[in-house]
Amino acid sequence: MTSLALALRPLEFFFAQYRRIWRGTAITSVVTPVVYLLALGVGLGVFVDRSADLPDGISYLEFVAPGLMAATAMQLSTFEASWPVLSAIKWDRQYHAMLASPLRVRDVMLGHQAFFAFRLVTTATVYFIVITAFGAVSSPLGVLAIPVTVLVGLSFSAPIAAWAAHTETEVSFVAIFRFLILPMFLFSGTFFPISTLPAPLEVVAWLTPLWHGVTLCRDLTLGDISAWHDLMHLGYLLAFVTAGLLAARMTYRKRLVV
Amino acid sequence: MSTNGQPLIQARDLVKRFGDFVAVDGIDFDLQRGEAFGFLGPNGAGKTSTMRMIGCVSPVTDGSLSIFGLDPARDGVKIRGRLGVVPQQDTLDMELTVRENIVIYGRYFGLARKELGARADELLDFVELTERANDKVEPLSGGMKRRLTIARSLVNEPEVLLLDEPTTGLDPQARHVVWDRLYRLKRQGVTLLLTTHYMDEAEQLCDRLVVMDRGKIVAEGSPRGLIEQYSTREVVELRFDDGSRPDDLSYWTDGLVSRIEALPDRVLLYTDDGDAASHGLHERGLVPESLLVRRSTLEDVFLHLTGRTLIE
Repeated sequence: MTSLALALRPLEFFFAQYRRIWRGTAITSVVTPVVYLLALGVGLGVFVDRSADLPDGISYLEFVAPGLMAATAMQLSTFEASWPVLSAIKWDRQYHAMLASPLRVRDVMLGHQAFFAFRLVTTATVYFIVITAFGAVSSPLGVLAIPVTVLVGLSFSAPIAAWAAHTETEVSFVAIFRFLILPMFLFSGTFFPISTLPAPLEVVAWLTPLWHGVTLCRDLTLGDISAWHDLMHLGYLLAFVTAGLLAARMTYRKRLVV
Repeated sequence: MSTNGQPLIQARDLVKRFGDFVAVDGIDFDLQRGEAFGFLGPNGAGKTSTMRMIGCVSPVTDGSLSIFGLDPARDGVKIRGRLGVVPQQDTLDMELTVRENIVIYGRYFGLARKELGARADELLDFVELTERANDKVEPLSGGMKRRLTIARSLVNEPEVLLLDEPTTGLDPQARHVVWDRLYRLKRQGVTLLLTTHYMDEAEQLCDRLVVMDRGKIVAEGSPRGLIEQYSTREVVELRFDDGSRPDDLSYWTDGLVSRIEALPDRVLLYTDDGDAASHGLHERGLVPESLLVRRSTLEDVFLHLTGRTLIE
């Protein structure tokens, strides 16, 4: 039995669980981009475009839409990988049910990440359709922003699941949202280029997976590819996901194998 | 694969340590196919740690453990596929339906969805939950949840069913229903391995058991055999009003009983003839607040072996 086949088995549980709430999330996944794009891309965009100093004459809508898409994946993942993971260990204990079967700790961990990936694929696809409808995608390469967005999501879901499997209580999750996710959302190039940040903060922004994801998504939707840079962004995201998965394997094992 | 006579599970000098704390301190036991085997002991005796090692979710610290002739450290996937586990704390999903809980659990074992449907119906029938099949788990009573957990643990037709405190927290009526189901499984030839701190549970279900205390096995045998070996046939239980308990009980009971256990709330007198002993006490003028003659139980065995009661 390959490890991947076993890791797919927990998916059925997460799907069954998701079936109860999918309608709500489906509506959210459409409404969220529409609202953001109306407010920022269209509303705020009118003012920004008047000052007209965005690179290559693109509109603010085109600038902000791919960034929002990547940032949404970050938020979705952070939420999905925090409370639900701790709950599966501590409150609802679904992981323990899985571990009584042939499934191993790594199958449980990867299975949950696979579910996050599923949520990310569907959410990113809807997001992409919406931003395309708003006219924010000017290149056919833009469709590749979907897998990149999934990767951005996983670069958060993996390390956050690692943390959730380590922590004893949920109190840190609120702090993570407030002090990591929100600043990243605002200052990682989603709404304005990070070159406008003070130099030290710009360096911090470079380190966030979100900035790499936002930049890569934007290059793709604009069709403005610079191979070397974009491969570096992709490599950074992949490295972040890998490191997150390794950390998760470690904390899951430490928590669940006692 | 185990053959006739070879134990399904064999432990030798099995140890589980958590840091400095020794939870299981070098125990030996064999589980034979078809038997109902129990670990009896109070909370903290090391029963759950032993079960978790057998369930291949907790690594063995020291000693050897072989399950179906396989090594839990290497063959956990294979072993778990042949075990059924009823954990101490339910791990049911509260918001899925009763039936979904079984079907999805079966999927963890790689069973086909088609065959799981029929299997789930059969199992729900066995635990008498057919009428609740499409209800959510949340509103079920504690006893029903337990029965569902048992049904779920049977989905892969396990060779050994591990039950960790199967009826702890249930009311007496619900416990009897669970015992009845387990008894049926036993008659169907399912090998049962259970832990309990209820001596009546051990007496009802176990062909053979070990008494555990502080990580060690202190006695082993059949419930009846243990009682014969470590206790008398009958027990006289005396209760006294505050302050009226005589200090020198042995003076009163001399020659009437073979052993005395003075507990905070009562005095137990061990004798093969309880009526004769009570009669003798009466003649000597000892008047307790209440007097009860009963048969010896595993509780008495445990008390004799450890000086403590099972449920504190």
